[in-house]
Amino acid sequence: MQTDIEEKGYVHEEVLTSTDWVAEHLNDKSVRVIESNEDALLYPSGHIPGAVHVDWTVDLNDQLRRDYIQREGFERLASRLGITPDTTLVFYGDKHNWWATYAFWVFQLFGHTKARVMDGGRLKWQLEERPLTRDVPKFSATKYRAPERDDAKVRAFREEVLRHVSSRRSLVDVRSREEYTGQRLHMEGYPNEGALRGGHIPGAVNVPWSRAVNPENGTFRSAEELRQIYLKEQGLKPEEPIIAYCRIGERSSHTWFVLTYLLGFPHVKNYDGSWTEWGNLVGAPIER
Amino acid sequence: MRTMGEATLDKQPEKLESALSVLDSLDEPERVQMLLDFSDHFREVPESIARRPFPEAHRVPYCESDAYVWATRGPGETVKLYFAVENPSGISARALAYLLDRTLSGLKTEEVARISPEIVPRMFRQNISMGKGMGLTAMVQAVRSLASQQHLSTRDTKEHE
Repeated sequence: MQTDIEEKGYVHEEVLTSTDWVAEHLNDKSVRVIESNEDALLYPSGHIPGAVHVDWTVDLNDQLRRDYIQREGFERLASRLGITPDTTLVFYGDKHNWWATYAFWVFQLFGHTKARVMDGGRLKWQLEERPLTRDVPKFSATKYRAPERDDAKVRAFREEVLRHVSSRRSLVDVRSREEYTGQRLHMEGYPNEGALRGGHIPGAVNVPWSRAVNPENGTFRSAEELRQIYLKEQGLKPEEPIIAYCRIGERSSHTWFVLTYLLGFPHVKNYDGSWTEWGNLVGAPIER
Repeated sequence: MRTMGEATLDKQPEKLESALSVLDSLDEPERVQMLLDFSDHFREVPESIARRPFPEAHRVPYCESDAYVWATRGPGETVKLYFAVENPSGISARALAYLLDRTLSGLKTEEVARISPEIVPRMFRQNISMGKGMGLTAMVQAVRSLASQQHLSTRDTKEHE
């Protein structure tokens, strides 16, 4: 049943699944449910039966350079998950699908478009008292063949962001108000995710990512509510190029998902260099 | 709030160091299982110490797992720690709370006040996000702060005797 999602008026509702739909497809061999969380202990503590785990720090990121995995790494990952390019992937996770949309976004760099997000994520599944298990499923490894990573469509790099700023195009800073205004840089013990300067990229509007979700059950707000926030309140124009950013690109992947699929904006990119790059970049313009 | 500054011990207290050394020695699946065991064994603050709604003064700042911490004074200037973790997804917070209670309760307040926040990266290694790391580090800082306050309070009492 996808009724709840259909009623919310999204432009591309096909990228969302309901918890009901997932429950009905737990044994569907053409579907692979993938959990991705901020807390790496959550999956082993209990997950949707049959779900596999993607750890954003280990599986999606290059372990040496600051970059995502290349084609070979993605092929290894996808093969280990037992999927093929025809498998329908359903991502879900904690923090209102923050990390699920991040994994979804990385999978789009390799063109796996048969991908969805379970609306409400882990929170809604648990609120509905659906089953969780600690049994790790075993799927036969596949030989997934992926194209080279294509960053052009959904990923922005700093040079493009600089041009974007010069052209006075739209940016969305999805961090907290304290980060946006430069009051907060980083916490003690975590300077590796900090920056030398605080503030935001000139011209960026501030819409903390979590405004797009209903906090009580983690589902996305309706299209009308999202339009109220991003179009009416912030003045974003759907047809214009938009770049979203946060600190390292994970929160902004959530907003990228909302703008691209739920509201149907055709030209949205995620700047994963985000504030940890921009706030350390010599000579980069900053506003407070 | 008075604290004892930022001083930390060169080595963690013996029981804590011992537990961390075991974690250091484990491969990833074993380490994850041990942390899950910690989380499973976590027991929330008893009602004799605190009841819901828990007072904001005991809430750990920056902790998205909604952790709370209390410290009571035991015999011989020792400390007893109690925790609550309200977010059902706060598995790491529960694991850390269990470890802190098991290894620090019963130690002198002065020693607990100087534990190092390096517990967090040693326990969880580097595969935690900034947000998660902030919250867990804040739990350690909250324990340090409470123990520090108790130590200073005890010292003041003695000086006035």
